[in-house]
Amino acid sequence: MDPVIFLIQVLNGVQYGLLLFLVASGLTLIFGIMGIINLAHGSFYMIGAYLAFSLTRQIGDFWLALAAGVVIAMLLGIALEWLVMRFLYERDHLYQVLLTYGLILVFEELRSLVWGDDVHGVQVPPALDFSIPLTDTLSYQVYRLAMSAICLAIAFGMYWLIQRTRLGMMIRAGSVNRDMAQSLGINIGLLYRLVFALGFALAALAGMLAAPISSVYPGMGNQVLIISFVVVVIGGIGSVKGALIAALAIGLADTFGKVLLPQIAGMVTYLLMAAVLLWRPRGIFGRA
Amino acid sequence: MAEAAVAGVALRTAGLRRLFGGLAAVNGVSLECRVGHLHAVIGPNGAGKTTLINLLSGDLLPSAGCISIGGREVTGLAAHRISQLGVGRSYQRTNVFMGFSVFENCRLAAQSRLPSSMRFVRPAAGYRAVNQAAEQAVEFVGLNVRSKVRASELSHGERRQLEVAMTLATAPTVLLLDEPLAGMGAEEAARMVELLRKLVPDHAILLVEHDMDAVFALAATLTVMVNGSVLASGAPAEIRANPQVQEAYLGGADE
Amino acid sequence: MDRQPRSLKFVLLAALAALAAFPLIGDKFYLQLVTKILIMAMFAMSLDLLVGYTGLVSLGHALPFGLGAYALMLLTPESQAAGFWMSLGASLAVAGIASLLIGFLVLRTSGIYFIMVTLAFGQMAYYYVHDSRYLGGSDGKYIYLRPVLEIFGWQPFDLENHAHFYYFALALTVFVYATLRVLLASPFGRVIGGIKENEHRMRVLGFATFRYKLVCFVLAGMLAGLAGWLAAAHDGLVNPEMLSWHQSGQLLMMVILGGMGTPSGPLLGAAALKLLELGFQGWTKHWQLLLGLFIVLSVLFIPRGLAQIFDWRRRG
Repeated sequence: MDPVIFLIQVLNGVQYGLLLFLVASGLTLIFGIMGIINLAHGSFYMIGAYLAFSLTRQIGDFWLALAAGVVIAMLLGIALEWLVMRFLYERDHLYQVLLTYGLILVFEELRSLVWGDDVHGVQVPPALDFSIPLTDTLSYQVYRLAMSAICLAIAFGMYWLIQRTRLGMMIRAGSVNRDMAQSLGINIGLLYRLVFALGFALAALAGMLAAPISSVYPGMGNQVLIISFVVVVIGGIGSVKGALIAALAIGLADTFGKVLLPQIAGMVTYLLMAAVLLWRPRGIFGRA
Repeated sequence: MAEAAVAGVALRTAGLRRLFGGLAAVNGVSLECRVGHLHAVIGPNGAGKTTLINLLSGDLLPSAGCISIGGREVTGLAAHRISQLGVGRSYQRTNVFMGFSVFENCRLAAQSRLPSSMRFVRPAAGYRAVNQAAEQAVEFVGLNVRSKVRASELSHGERRQLEVAMTLATAPTVLLLDEPLAGMGAEEAARMVELLRKLVPDHAILLVEHDMDAVFALAATLTVMVNGSVLASGAPAEIRANPQVQEAYLGGADE
Repeated sequence: MDRQPRSLKFVLLAALAALAAFPLIGDKFYLQLVTKILIMAMFAMSLDLLVGYTGLVSLGHALPFGLGAYALMLLTPESQAAGFWMSLGASLAVAGIASLLIGFLVLRTSGIYFIMVTLAFGQMAYYYVHDSRYLGGSDGKYIYLRPVLEIFGWQPFDLENHAHFYYFALALTVFVYATLRVLLASPFGRVIGGIKENEHRMRVLGFATFRYKLVCFVLAGMLAGLAGWLAAAHDGLVNPEMLSWHQSGQLLMMVILGGMGTPSGPLLGAAALKLLELGFQGWTKHWQLLLGLFIVLSVLFIPRGLAQIFDWRRRG
C-alpha cells in the first residue's frame, strides 16, 4: 500500500475510533458506575446530531451551537435520569434492557415529530473547511483532524477528572461500593444524576461532531450503538481506558478492513470481538 | 481408589499457595485429612482459611502446590470435577437455592450423582433413588418438618442446616465445611456439633471454625493458620499448650 | 418445579378449544392474524426457555429465527414448492448449528456481557444478510409457494389453504408447548432451573453447567428456527429485518410482558403485543411512540408481566 494512502487510512481509523470512544466511554461509565445497561445510548448520539443541525441553523456559529448543544444535552440527561432511569438501579438487567429499548422507540418517534424524517446536512465550520495537501492528488480534511483533537482532549479531560479530582474519586468509590460510599456522605443520587448526564452529553457531543461528516438522518444511532457495545465488551465494562484502546482497535480494524477485505468488512468488528472473548471473557480490562 | 480413601489419606495437599496480586493469601500449606478423623483449621480472620477451602473445592486455582484426593492428583481441576470425585463443600455465607424448597434443594444436589442429567423426557420427580437420597439428607440434619418450605423463608440456623444437608445429599467422602456454626445460637450450635459428630466415622472432614468449644469437642487434628501460613499442627492438647499459638490466637477473645 | 394450578389448566384448555373453533367463524384476515400470533408465541416460547428458565438473556435470538426463514427461502426453487421435510430439517439444522457455534463462544460470558455479545452476533448476521446480493439484500426475497407435504402422492393438508395453515400452526404450537413442559420437568429441566437460581452452586454440586447451557441454547435456537420456517412460509417473504435486533428486542418484550418463566407467559405476551401493535397502528402513524411508552410504563409498573394477573407461582 502506498505510504500516503496508508497514512490517510490510519488517520481515518483513529478519527473513527476516537469518535466511538466518546460514545462508548459514556456507555461504559453508565454501566460501570450505575450498573445500568442503556440501549438508548445510540439515541443520545442521534439527538446530538439533530441538535447540531437545528442549533447551527439558529445560531449560525458551529462552535457556539456545539456549546449550547452540550448544555442542552446535559439538561436532557438530568431530566431523563430523574424521570425514568433512577428507577432502574438495582433492578434486573432484563428490565433495563426492555425499558431502554422502549426509550429508543420513543426517541425515534419524537425525533420524527420534531424534525421530520428527511436527511439533513450540517456545514463544516468555515474556519476548518479546508484540506491539507499530502501529495499531488491526495489531501486530508482538516476538520477531521480537529475532530480527533477534540476527542483526544476529552479523553485526557476524562482521565484527569476520574483520576485527579474529588468528583472522580467519588465516581470511583460509588462504582466500587454504593452503600459504603453513601455512608461516607457522598450523595449517591446526585452523583448518579451527574454521571448519567455526562454520559448523555458525551454521546450527544459525538453526534454533533460527526454531523458535518456523516450527515443527519433517521436511525443514525442504531449502528453506533451496536459498535459501542462491542467496544465496551472488548474493553471491559466500566473501564474508560479499555474503551479507548478497544475503540481505536475497532476504528483501525474497520477502516483497514473496508479497504483490504471489502467482502467481509462489516464483520471484521465482530470477528475481533469473538477473538477477544475467547482470550478474555470479561474484556481486556474487565473486572472479575 | 475407594480403599485408598478409606484406609489411607482421603485428602492431601502439599505446599499449597495462592497469590492475589502480590499478597499470598495461602502461603505453603500442607495438610492431610483421613476418614474417621476430623481435621479442624483455626486462625484469626484473614488467615486464609476460606481461601484454603476454596482452593480445595476447586473454586480457586492454586498458584503453586498440589492437591490429591484418594491418592489421585486433582490440582487445577474445575469445581464440578472435584465434586464428582466425592468432595462436598459447605459455605460460610449461605449459598443455597433461595427460591426452591428444602427438599428440592437436596433433590437437586442428589441429582448431581446421576451418571448424567442430560435426560429430557422422564420427569425428574420420578427418580426414586434421587428422591431417597434427598429425603435421607433432609432427615439427617433434622429438617423433615420444614421439607416443603422455601429456602428464603427459613431461619438462619435452618439455612445453615440446609447447607450441610445439600453437601451430604451428594454422598461425598470428603467434607469441606466452612464455619457451619456461623451465626448460630448456643442450642442450634450444640445440635450442629452432634450432627457433625455423627458424620465423623464415615467421612474425612476438614472443618474451618471459630467456635472453639466445637473445635475441641470434635477435632482429632488441629491446624492453626496465621497470615496464610501454618503456625502449628497437631493433636488438640498439644496445640492448646503451644505458646506461639496461645499468643497468636487462643489467648485472645473468641471471635 | 412449576406447578400449574387447575385454574390455569382450565383456562388453557378453554383457549385451545376456542382457537380450534376459530376458523369456523373467523374470516381470512383474522385467521392470518391469529396464525401470526401463534408463530410469534412459538418464537417467544423458545426465548423464554433461555431467559425465563435458564436466566440467559439473549438479545440475538432473531438470528436462528432468521436463519430458519432464509433456509426455507434458499430451498424453495423459483416457481415450485420446497419439500416439507427437507426444508424443515434444513431450517432446524442451520439454526441448531449456528446456535452451537455461537453458543460455544458467547456462553463463556455472563450477565451483561452475554446480553451485549448476543446482540452483536445477531447484528453481524443481519449485516451479512443485508449486504448479500444473493440473499436478496435489503429487500429480501419472496417465497411464492408454501412447502408441500406428500406421502406417497397423498397430501394430508394443503398449506396454501389458510385454514389448513392455521391448524398446522396451532398443532405445532401445542406440540412445542407440550414438549417444553416435559423438558422442564425432566432432570435436564431441573438443572437449567438450578443454573438460573444459582449457577455457582450448581457447579460446586458437580454439574458441568457449561454443557447444559449450551444444549439449552441449541434447543432454543432450533425452536426459533422452526418458528422462522413457519413465518417465512406464512408471509411468503424473507428479509433481513427478521434477523435484526428490533426483532430480538420485540421478542424479549413479549416474553417479559407476558411474564417470563411462566407456562403461558409467552403466549399472552405474543398476543398482547401483536394486538397492541395493531391497535396503535390504527390510531397514528407514530404508533411506535405509543408502543415505546407502553413498554416504559409497563416495566415501571407491571414488573412481573401479565401472568401476574393470573397469580401463579413459578417454583414450588
